[in-house]
Amino acid sequence: MLAALLREDDFSLLLIARILIVIVACLGLNVQFGYAGVVNFAGASFFGVGGYTAAVLSRSTGMPHLLVLVAGGAAAGLIGTLLLLPVLRTRGHYAALVTIAFALLLRTFLEVNDTLGGPQGLKLPELRVGPLRFNEPVGLGAFEGSFYLRYVALALLVLVLAFAVVQRLERSFAGIALDAVRLDETAAASFGLDVAWWKIAAFTLGNFVTGVAGALSAFMIGFIAPNNYNFAESLIFVSILLLGGIGNPWGLSLATAIVVLLPEKLQVIQEYRFLLFAAMVILILLFRPAGLLPRPMRRLGQVR
Amino acid sequence: MMAPLLSCRGLTRRFGGLLALEALDLEVEEGSVMGLIGPNGSGKTTFFNVLTGIFPPSAGKITFAGAPISGLTPQGVYRQGIARTFQRSRLCLPLSIFDNLMVGNHRHLPHGLWFNLVRRGALRRKVEESFVQARELLRIFDAALADRLLEPAGRIAMIDRRRVEVCRALISRPRLLLLDEPSAGMTHDETARLMDDILQVQQQLGLTIILIEHEMGVIERITRRCVVLNYGRKIAEGTYAEVSQDASVRQAYLGLS
Repeated sequence: MLAALLREDDFSLLLIARILIVIVACLGLNVQFGYAGVVNFAGASFFGVGGYTAAVLSRSTGMPHLLVLVAGGAAAGLIGTLLLLPVLRTRGHYAALVTIAFALLLRTFLEVNDTLGGPQGLKLPELRVGPLRFNEPVGLGAFEGSFYLRYVALALLVLVLAFAVVQRLERSFAGIALDAVRLDETAAASFGLDVAWWKIAAFTLGNFVTGVAGALSAFMIGFIAPNNYNFAESLIFVSILLLGGIGNPWGLSLATAIVVLLPEKLQVIQEYRFLLFAAMVILILLFRPAGLLPRPMRRLGQVR
Repeated sequence: MMAPLLSCRGLTRRFGGLLALEALDLEVEEGSVMGLIGPNGSGKTTFFNVLTGIFPPSAGKITFAGAPISGLTPQGVYRQGIARTFQRSRLCLPLSIFDNLMVGNHRHLPHGLWFNLVRRGALRRKVEESFVQARELLRIFDAALADRLLEPAGRIAMIDRRRVEVCRALISRPRLLLLDEPSAGMTHDETARLMDDILQVQQQLGLTIILIEHEMGVIERITRRCVVLNYGRKIAEGTYAEVSQDASVRQAYLGLS
């Protein structure tokens, strides 16, 4: 049965790969929102920056594609840093407003920019890693599987890496510093924490992770257009964090699976999915504000 | 005579038209406990906030251990060896007691991403070492509390929060400790115990303390000198016995004529 699934069900595999990639993107947001407390309403935009960077680099340079994925993350990280620098010294919601503005501007910019394909977007070449060509069917002896298997494997690899980075970050002195910055800036500064530095570090690292996910997603779909990176998608990312439990990587993984699968399994609600997600977020905030899987308290120092 | 550890000259802080602190001159000798008293709104906490760099001074100079520190950021002041507690508890309540203490020890801990993400063996050793250090410090204040390092700070009693807050300021081994009303919200006996514990650490480490306090018994018992503020100005200075006999102090503060 498994073999049948792997061979025939391209769509299921695509869905699985998509879930894995969105989890990676949300892990990035989790570092920003969950740890440093910097809300990013432009998650999909940084995802898109990663994708567009991958498209441009793979079309016009001979850069190895694994490096292109990293470059996608680097571009997202860099743009995010430049965006946040002017509002770093402010408190309150300025950073969130700046990300909203960026989300809205980026889409318009992409739509009118002919070099980046305008509203039609860009096609990406086949992803290649060394001798591996990702769009060829997987053959193992007599067994022949969908070419999406390779994407699932690569997405899983990226996810495991990102997950390890985020969890190690949380369970470290740096994780404590980020929590202190989120919970009480004044107290944090009084104990020598450079609040601005921690915020920018978390924002950059988070966008890097989100950008890598975006680059991988662009390769997998083989095509990118501004429509995929709109503000509504960014809100979905934020709602995944709220739903899963802010700051808990396991929680957001569960929430991603729910949010990606639900509209697919219930085709009827496809049209109303934003309405449904909005209702879900409101219910969560009302009745379970810490999310489905609330973040457990860090137990650093415990003998393991 | 030795130069004072802390000296302020003409320290002034304005908030719009309000002079929260006016031309304050103040000196604290190393190893002493100084009391800072005055009615509500007299500028005591503002003094702490200016001293620690949360508000830059409008005018005046602060010298700490021979170096000017006016105009430094809060981070800069902390790195010089000045730590404080807050009038209203500012612990990170969702975090464990241990985590809170680690926030206080920031300047002695490695925070590089490489160290924290990759060198996990070294990190674990540093964590274990810090854990022992935190438990030893907390044990001076309360043995039972020292065994609860991995409980969230939000789930412990008020007095224990106060203890953790004092320890968070002490763990970085500052030269100057600023205590902003440590007795707030505690009973008389609890305050007395906490003060004894603080004094014990103070004598061990040769620590210098400035104490804002409304409970005059505490001030009388543990401070060598007192400075009295009223409307941002220093109106008296001396031992508690001296200032409590001062006519302007009695009028402004003690409510006696």
